Amino acid sequence: MKPFDYIRPATVAEAVAAAVQPGAVYLAAGTNLLDLMKGGVSRPDRLVDVTHLDGLDGIETLADGSLRIGTLVSNADLAHDANFAKSYPAVAEALLSGASAQLRNAATVGGNLLQRTRCAYFYDTASRCNKREAGLGCDARDGENRTHAVLGWSESCIATHPSDFCVPLLALDAVVEIEGRNGRREIALDALHRLPANTPERESALEPGDLVVAVRLPPAARGFATHARYLKVRERTSYAFAVVSAAAALRIENGKVAEARLALGGVAAKPWRARAAEDVLKGVTPTADAFQEAAWRALTDAKPSGDNAFKIELARRIVVRALTLAAAGTPARIPALPASPFASTSGAIHA
Amino acid sequence: MPELNLSSSPAHLRHGSNIGQPLTRRDGVLKVKGQATYAADNHPPGMLFAVMAVASIARGRVTSLDVAAAKRHPGVVDVMTPDHKPQLAIDPEIKTNPFVFRMEVLQSDEVRYANQPIAVVIAETLEAATEGAVLLAPRYETLPALVGLDAGESYVPPVVGVGNPTENHLGDVEAGLTAAEKQIDAIYETPPQYHNAMEPHAIVAAWNGDSLQIDMPTQGLMLSLARVAELFGIAHDKIHIRSPFLGGGFGSKGLMAGPPVLGIMAAKLVGKPVKLVLRREQMYGPVGHRAPTRQRLRIGTDGEGRLTALDHHARTVSSTFDDFYEPAADASHTLYASPAIRTSHDAVRVNTGTPLFMRAPGEATGSIALESAIDEMAWACGMDPLAFRLKNYAEVEPITGKPFSSKALRACYEQGAARFGWAKRSLQPRQMRDDAGLLVGWGMGTATFPALMFQAEARAVLRRDGSGAMEIGAHDMGQGAWTALAQIAADELGLDIDRVEFKAGSSDLPDAGIAGGSAHTATAGAAIHSAGAAVVAKLADLATNDERSPLFGAGNAGVIARDGRLIRRDDETRGESYVEILARAGVAEVEARGTGAPNPAAMEEYAMHAHGAVFAEVKVDPELGQVRVTRMVGAFAAGRIVNPHLVKSQLFGGMIWGMSFALHEEAITDRRSGRIMNANLGEYHIPVNADVPPLDVITVEEHDPHVNALGIKGVGEIGITGSAGAVANAVWHATGVRVRRFPIKIEELLTQR
Ligand SMILES: Cc1cc2nc3c(=O)[nH]c(=O)nc-3n(C[C@H](O)[C@H](O)[C@H](O)COP(=O)(O)OP(=O)(O)OC[C@H]3O[C@@H](n4cnc5c(N)ncnc54)[C@H](O)[C@@H]3O)c2cc1C
Ligand code: SF4
Repeated sequence: MKPFDYIRPATVAEAVAAAVQPGAVYLAAGTNLLDLMKGGVSRPDRLVDVTHLDGLDGIETLADGSLRIGTLVSNADLAHDANFAKSYPAVAEALLSGASAQLRNAATVGGNLLQRTRCAYFYDTASRCNKREAGLGCDARDGENRTHAVLGWSESCIATHPSDFCVPLLALDAVVEIEGRNGRREIALDALHRLPANTPERESALEPGDLVVAVRLPPAARGFATHARYLKVRERTSYAFAVVSAAAALRIENGKVAEARLALGGVAAKPWRARAAEDVLKGVTPTADAFQEAAWRALTDAKPSGDNAFKIELARRIVVRALTLAAAGTPARIPALPASPFASTSGAIHA
Repeated sequence: MPELNLSSSPAHLRHGSNIGQPLTRRDGVLKVKGQATYAADNHPPGMLFAVMAVASIARGRVTSLDVAAAKRHPGVVDVMTPDHKPQLAIDPEIKTNPFVFRMEVLQSDEVRYANQPIAVVIAETLEAATEGAVLLAPRYETLPALVGLDAGESYVPPVVGVGNPTENHLGDVEAGLTAAEKQIDAIYETPPQYHNAMEPHAIVAAWNGDSLQIDMPTQGLMLSLARVAELFGIAHDKIHIRSPFLGGGFGSKGLMAGPPVLGIMAAKLVGKPVKLVLRREQMYGPVGHRAPTRQRLRIGTDGEGRLTALDHHARTVSSTFDDFYEPAADASHTLYASPAIRTSHDAVRVNTGTPLFMRAPGEATGSIALESAIDEMAWACGMDPLAFRLKNYAEVEPITGKPFSSKALRACYEQGAARFGWAKRSLQPRQMRDDAGLLVGWGMGTATFPALMFQAEARAVLRRDGSGAMEIGAHDMGQGAWTALAQIAADELGLDIDRVEFKAGSSDLPDAGIAGGSAHTATAGAAIHSAGAAVVAKLADLATNDERSPLFGAGNAGVIARDGRLIRRDDETRGESYVEILARAGVAEVEARGTGAPNPAAMEEYAMHAHGAVFAEVKVDPELGQVRVTRMVGAFAAGRIVNPHLVKSQLFGGMIWGMSFALHEEAITDRRSGRIMNANLGEYHIPVNADVPPLDVITVEEHDPHVNALGIKGVGEIGITGSAGAVANAVWHATGVRVRRFPIKIEELLTQR
């Protein structure tokens, strides 16, 4: 392994100062970063380990009713927090459908948001990849790309963002709190990840030294608790990334959809908010036809980037199903097979 | 040999027969406590770490390596390259026997496949060696890679598998197809698959003058030893290989491959012990794999659903530099009676490492295609798949006409179908749903695997203190040899299992042959059986020839060894303990050797196979296409069951592998570069716990007087066969969509609503 400096800052300010330098990266649980380093995909000069920073591992309800999740809260602790799972069930379900129990115990909020794509050509240092090295070319474009993007891709990059967690967070208008060189700022989660355009190497809105310190769910996010689901189609029952996933959340009043939220995963370089689909659902009766219409709207702009046209049809079907499940109501308990089409199978073994 | 403290809980102590008892594995506690020493756990003093640099191209030449940069890296001791390496005694390209495969041990700068070793960096730490390998920054002259089943001109290989004829004919297939009332003609594809044993290939090699100590997982101690001896030009007795435990092998650790040879060369180069462990992605190249296949099946039946012809052709691939051909079509030789059968193979050469035996080589690939085709044929005839199979039940081996040494397949069908509830199956597909609206499908497949025997020798000892020993260089790959073979040893010596010192896993013990072909328990068991009989005979001689013994005059045939005593067969009250016999004779111990080998006369007369029937239930989301296996029942008849517990585990593992074959496993190869894009366990999918439903295994009683003295057939591989087809057929039955390209993918099932 390439030698690197390892720094364990005592304060957030020290962390930011240490990470501003070129070649420095933040290390959280390392479940993604260390794999990338072992594969020679990332070759940082300096690791700034943030896992020992104080005050970043809390889950707190703020005075205005929003919820603030510290960046060091583990994926498992968040999903298993009873109040959290009750108020934001689709987020908990998404978390529990990701990776494996062991990985979820380690993985952090910030790390999950900023995990890198699983594009095989990005991981394979013998392949050309614009994201790994700007201007090199994209070997996925004409390669084995049946799981690549169908929305928002460019000729320079057709990779997807793999996070499950981000999908319902985006649907619920999550906000990301960032500490940087010039102090604290916050941005919408929708603005955190960037589409590739001509610069796929620039994946997020973060500047050098920027540290995600928390994610906040606004007060309105609680309003969907009774009708919120995450659905993830994957190539085995557990421990696989989404082929396509969707988070659907509805606020139903007097039998009509007062407000709908819909986001897709596994389809683009960022979690994908389907606002046009949300708009057609506003004020309508939640019927199969309405959900079909929403599904068509959600994927109007989709186009295959390779051998992946099926993902567009699959995404439409997932949208319909996720909305149908959400309309049926959040189950009292998170299913033993979270977010799985087999969630309802009796006698299920835990994933 | 590390000290092994094999456990055996008192609950399992049985007097009389040890064979047939469900002992838990005796090395289990060692493994759970981390006390079982695998090869890479060894750290001799002064040991250095070797890391291979591997090619990132699939075809061409290495034009430069920055050896200086690697050597400058702190901790790097040396860099082994084609220009700087110890000389081998023979050219590794020479095939000295059919079990020798060509390997890349830096003999040239040619690159023949991706992930081929091109240099080895030796350093004081693993990290330094790893970084040194990166710093070599190889440059290449790249040629277009040959990739896939249509990579070039096809040819007919001289043999397939291990010396099987490429083609087999019975009757007139074309006439049979022409005369048929109903016909199917279908093409199936299976992908390249990699063994992916949990334990990566590893070696710790230490030279001491001209003798060599090796720790390395191997399924073939003596084959490996012989290969090392010829490559390094040293005598067999200068080499000691220890392989007490393997973390799986599945065929990939059967024969000596390039990487462990590089470890031995590295140790020689630096004059210190060296450890070389493959990274997961490095296992996708130099250590074998299952080749892809494209199989065409043409089947005809008469008006009553009886086969008139069965034509099975398989296209496969081999490497550009050596030959191994997956004998996929041979699966059609044994299962279904037909007046006309033709099986044939052809191949193309591609830039991969040479394919190799992988758990059920030929049977696994061939079985999923054959069992799918039989299912399609049954449907074309409007018949239940089980009824169709019974109608075409082979009373004699179809391709040879030989009787079976034993065949309890009918009982397997009956018991499996009853346990599964098969009678309630709808004939039409896409008819069954569960409460949640998921499509439900039931499918079945027939399992078969030949009952093979190789050669082995064992040494047995009975001691004056009442204990005994059995020595055999057998291999425990996780299947449970430490337990099952010790059970056989205990019975043959007439002792409690805890009174028998069972030694295995080391090359200084008698040759147990190779742990492969599902034949290890049968072969090593037969050797143990004859060694035990021989040592008991010697002991009996001491007693029956001695006037002072109560057994005097009983004659060899007249005594039984039981519980540490010899007893007169015709009068069980008269007997004497081993201790007494040896003490009186004034000897410390008696010893004898015995061998196990196939019986050519029986093989000439009988077809020998294990059989089984597997039934699977899948659920498929009707709109989203995701598949889940929800139930599997397998009924297997495999002769005598030495340890029901371990046998079940083998069959479970095989059934899970079959499910994996149908739904998950595939090495995704970039069609341009020939590189494998999912060479890691995150993306090379195999079933996880949540994919595996409750599995139900029935072992069907079967007595076989012909296969070997103990009546044992193998169980290591048969579980895959039948299972893969059963799952695939269940997917069809659930959805009405016949997928002929494996693994079955979601997009194939999105066709209907
Ligand atoms: C086999 C496997 C399967 C997986 N399956 C899934 C899955 O199904 N679904 C899913 O969603 N995920 C999956 N994951 C990914 C997993 O969720 C991520 O690896 C994990 O969330 C990363 O968190 P971490 O704390 O380990 O981050 P690290 O690996 O430490 O960091 C990841 C990245 O984020 C950056 N970073 C970390 N914290 C901060 C911060 N506070 N501010 C700014 N930058 C930061 C790091 O610099 C690094 O670039 C899988 C991972 C593996 C290995
Ligand atoms: S799709 Fe993006 S990440 Fe993948 S190879 Fe192309 S540029 Fe790299």
